[in-house]
Amino acid sequence: MFPELNNLLNTTPDRAEQGKLTLLCDAKTDGSFLVHHFLSFYLKANCKVCFVALIQSFSHYNIVGQKLGVNLTMARERGQLVFLEGLKSAVDVFFQAQEKPHPLQFLREASAGNLKPLFEFVRDALKPVDSGAAGWTYPVLLVDDLSVLLSLGLGAVAVLDFIHYCRATVCWELKGNVVVLVHDSGDVEDEENDILLNGLSHQSHLILRAEGLATGFCRDVHGQLRILWRRPSQSTSQRDQSLTYQYKIQDRSVSFFAKGMSPAVL
Amino acid sequence: MLDSLLALGGLVLLRDSVEWEGRSLLKALVKKSALWLVYHDFFRDPLNWSKTGEALPGGPLGALRAMCKRTDLGPVTIALDSLSWLLLHLPCATLCQTLHAVSYQDSCPPGDGSPVGKVHVLGLLHEELHGPGPMGALSSLAQTEVTLGGTMGQASARILCRRPQQHPTDQTQWFSILPDFSLHLQEGPSKEFQPQSDPHIPLVDPMAHLTFNLHLSKKEREARDSLTLPFQFSSEKQEALLRPRPSQATSHIFYEPDAYDDLDQEDPDDDLDI
Repeated sequence: MFPELNNLLNTTPDRAEQGKLTLLCDAKTDGSFLVHHFLSFYLKANCKVCFVALIQSFSHYNIVGQKLGVNLTMARERGQLVFLEGLKSAVDVFFQAQEKPHPLQFLREASAGNLKPLFEFVRDALKPVDSGAAGWTYPVLLVDDLSVLLSLGLGAVAVLDFIHYCRATVCWELKGNVVVLVHDSGDVEDEENDILLNGLSHQSHLILRAEGLATGFCRDVHGQLRILWRRPSQSTSQRDQSLTYQYKIQDRSVSFFAKGMSPAVL
Repeated sequence: MLDSLLALGGLVLLRDSVEWEGRSLLKALVKKSALWLVYHDFFRDPLNWSKTGEALPGGPLGALRAMCKRTDLGPVTIALDSLSWLLLHLPCATLCQTLHAVSYQDSCPPGDGSPVGKVHVLGLLHEELHGPGPMGALSSLAQTEVTLGGTMGQASARILCRRPQQHPTDQTQWFSILPDFSLHLQEGPSKEFQPQSDPHIPLVDPMAHLTFNLHLSKKEREARDSLTLPFQFSSEKQEALLRPRPSQATSHIFYEPDAYDDLDQEDPDDDLDI
């Protein structure tokens, strides 16, 4: 996890809020550093994490995780991390006989399917185990990412329904957190992606948006992060509703600074 | 006006956006109007995926249609969180027909002639999720539309009210929701959010202490004001052009070619290499 990002969000692994949906989105840049941050953050917070990883392999996340101080292999072995490796298990849908529907069963369906099997996988992964030996703090669902589900043929409403059910189970029933990543297509007209992004924005408590700089690529400033807290319109809101910072990604950390205050420029 | 929204009856649309959420206003209005609250929980299992048998038959649409056939006659407020969910899952025409049937019940009294209580339908709609077609259709069904916005951390509601046989009214009301979901109306953006110029910094006059003179004397000012600009087409210039005077001295060019000048009309610059 990145300590500077924790400071901006005013949170630490010990006292993170529960029952929240955090939306990560990126536009014209790669926002996956936010996924690595939250993965290591919640593992350090001793949470039971279910990671639906559709984009990269397990070893990729493991390598980055080790730079951030978490060992995914060990977390998986001791049962703290339930990892669905989409790239590998997508093939199992076709070549292995399953008694119950595979989480990615929608890949086999010709017509527009739904994500009920994936939801049932998440629910079974995160439901509290009766043995009580593990003692994890609260469950967390992490999805990287949802836009690829649209590319695989699902409709935006099906993905929104899946997140709705995850929110009802993980956030409300189990008092855990959900973190999802969606790409913003930006200039490209993609109605389904826009519905997905806007629909999730309305359901989220916190939105982190990584944007590339409008002027293009820069060696010292990799992008801009906009943080939007969605809170009810209360009269005594002491914190700001929205903050914007620029950032630079280094090997093991990300440094944040106010706009125009990059150390390279000063 | 915000607190008397529900007095009018019919459909009230609460339009919010990602930046300015409307759910807390919906809860505040429900709290204000409701004496007795019936809560239909479609949050946990709206599509009946769990198949436990607890779900109400017909889903959310079935529940909404059941409200059309109510037999009790008191006034009722139906709050929908959210209309956007219904609009994404149902055809727009079906939803509009159901909403119309629910909101305009009092216009068709039952056969025995007894008056039916007023029905208020309060629906939360997320603006960015729908195209202009469905938004326009719901808008035309609604008696009142409240659009949420705000500035400098202060929320506002723009209330567009269409009453039958009256001019539509358009007002903006600043408000905030207190932690117990009561509605607190305000005059405008609160003063602490407005940017104030610091009275302690004295304004410096940049025209003072210059090493050159920027001011004009009275004579210089008069001379400047009476000057005609060279490209301005004044009446004198117009007359001068219309009546050219041959005695008027126009400019002449006197040219004396010296020894090295070779005025070749075909190659004046002497750079053709033929």
